[in-house]
Amino acid sequence: MMAAKAKRRDTAITWEVFSQGLWRDNPVLVMLLGLCPVLAVSNSAMNALAMGLATTFVLISSGALVSLLRNFIPAQVRIATYIIIIATFVTIVDYAIQAISLDLYKALGAFIQLIVVNCIILGRAEAYASRNTLARSVINALGMGLGFTGALVVLGGIREILGAGALFGVPLFGAGFEPWVVMILPPGGFIVLSLMLVAVNWINARRERAGRTEEQADGA
Amino acid sequence: MAHDGLTFILLNAMLMNNFVLALFLGLCPFMGVSGKLETALPMGLATTFVMLISSMCAWVINEVLVAWDIQFLRLIAYITVIASAVQLVEMTLKKFTPGLFRALGIFLPLITTNCAILGLALFQTFREYSFTQSLAYATGAGAGFTLAIVLMAGLRQRLDISGPPDMVKGAALSMMLGGLLSLSFMGFAGLGGGH
Amino acid sequence: MTSREINHAPGTPAWPLILVLGLAAMMSGMLVVAVHQFTSPIIAENQRRAVARAIGRVVPGAVGNRAFIVENGKLIPAGEKARGEVIYAAYGKDGKLLGIAARAGAQGYADMIHMLFGYDPESGRILGFEVLKMTETPGLGDKIASDGKFRANFPLDARLDGTGKKLAHPIVTVKHGKKSKPWEIDAISGATISSRAVGKALNEAAGRLLPVIHANLDMLRAAAPGRGATGEEK
Repeated sequence: MMAAKAKRRDTAITWEVFSQGLWRDNPVLVMLLGLCPVLAVSNSAMNALAMGLATTFVLISSGALVSLLRNFIPAQVRIATYIIIIATFVTIVDYAIQAISLDLYKALGAFIQLIVVNCIILGRAEAYASRNTLARSVINALGMGLGFTGALVVLGGIREILGAGALFGVPLFGAGFEPWVVMILPPGGFIVLSLMLVAVNWINARRERAGRTEEQADGA
Repeated sequence: MAHDGLTFILLNAMLMNNFVLALFLGLCPFMGVSGKLETALPMGLATTFVMLISSMCAWVINEVLVAWDIQFLRLIAYITVIASAVQLVEMTLKKFTPGLFRALGIFLPLITTNCAILGLALFQTFREYSFTQSLAYATGAGAGFTLAIVLMAGLRQRLDISGPPDMVKGAALSMMLGGLLSLSFMGFAGLGGGH
Repeated sequence: MTSREINHAPGTPAWPLILVLGLAAMMSGMLVVAVHQFTSPIIAENQRRAVARAIGRVVPGAVGNRAFIVENGKLIPAGEKARGEVIYAAYGKDGKLLGIAARAGAQGYADMIHMLFGYDPESGRILGFEVLKMTETPGLGDKIASDGKFRANFPLDARLDGTGKKLAHPIVTVKHGKKSKPWEIDAISGATISSRAVGKALNEAAGRLLPVIHANLDMLRAAAPGRGATGEEK
């Protein structure tokens, strides 16, 4: 899906480990993982933020536990064990949100529990946490989670601004603003995400061209 | 139509609150598998079948959990049941209809991570549907998923041949198609309800 | 997409697999139970407060409430884990019964609309309602929750007929601008279906619950918090 970009950073492994999930392999924009639970509740910036943070918590905690136990889990039952671990932390997050804010819980509904089938979490547990040390797994999960949350908040923010004339509940335009209602309805979610993906493609294409022109200039 | 009648629940889940186009559930296979018409339909039917089984098992499990007042185990129980149901379907197909099993290939294990199945189980629990209502709900959800995935496959096949610009190829185009389909499905709102 | 094939290498003993899975399940269970124990009281308190807030909005002036389950025409005091239809008797500072709050629901434009409404048995009127959950079209159908003119429909006449077993006049939603009777609801123009849903919900719930409330009115009057659930002094 993504053409390999010329790597210009010679920084330490730890930075790369963290930043992988922010842009280059952003779960939402590049890998398109874990969209199901979140698109439905990304019609406002606040809900998107809450959902993103909840997912990040599960990512980090399950990644940490999987990494800690990676040498003790036999390969044959690893997927089942990962799922038990992930489901445990999702249940914990579910109760935590209910205890913190019942209103937020009502807004997010059953979608919190759907974090458990979010492909990112199982994918990262399998592809990274099971093969790396605790520190690296946690930092990588943090990067992935922040990239995920960031992309979602942008999506939610755009939808909320266009569809309700507000951001995080704060009205931005005057009373005369006629909201573009479709943006906070399901089609709006698809359309805004699609346009965001086009923007990402465009940015990456420009970077690639800039990279190639530089190489050509160096080689001349 | 009575609002808790079976026909209404089925139509509602299939059209007005389509799992993919209105609730965004089941997007992973929707985007991944809907490239070809021949694979889209069997995937949809297999998913519907798993949905029916999971719905029945989830209903029974929930009754037990409530009776023993251990609802906090619900998520873990549901996930286990769904994974087992898929495993069971796989083994049954392999034994009794090996041709169909081979045709579906990799799709069967993918159904487990289909958010739509767990979503179905959770929603039917939250709405406190009876056993028959849950079955109607699952049938409608599966039919709606199949409908959406088949429509998407048809559209994508045509669109891919017509050479879209590079910038929008791939996921961006699929998402836009999904958005337009979702928009068109909004036309079903109000069906069977008031007038 | 991760492939989920679980392969069994030939000759591997089964017991480590079962042991690991069993241990994982046990640890998971213990962790979840611990979190559940810790958060349950907080969540229960949150829910109590949310219910009290909603009741306060539909029965103005309510400071305390008591929950009852409706069963076969009788009202049974509800415990914490009540299952079944619950109504709330709302009391003022002096223990006087101010009204009853009950749930109602009907299919709206997109999905079910769930609401809480307040009823004053002395005057036989529905004082108001509060939307608990809805997915109506933002900007159109969802105006039922906020539109001032729609709110002006209340208090609504919901008196029972001579037999005390049903509404004297069914609650019905009429076209915008055509309201002429105190038991009619003037619809919001452009949001007819959502407005009709409110009328349907209230009519159904009132028709079903109001007779039961009136049949048990003495018990409800005496059951203020601070007294026992059936009226005895605590």
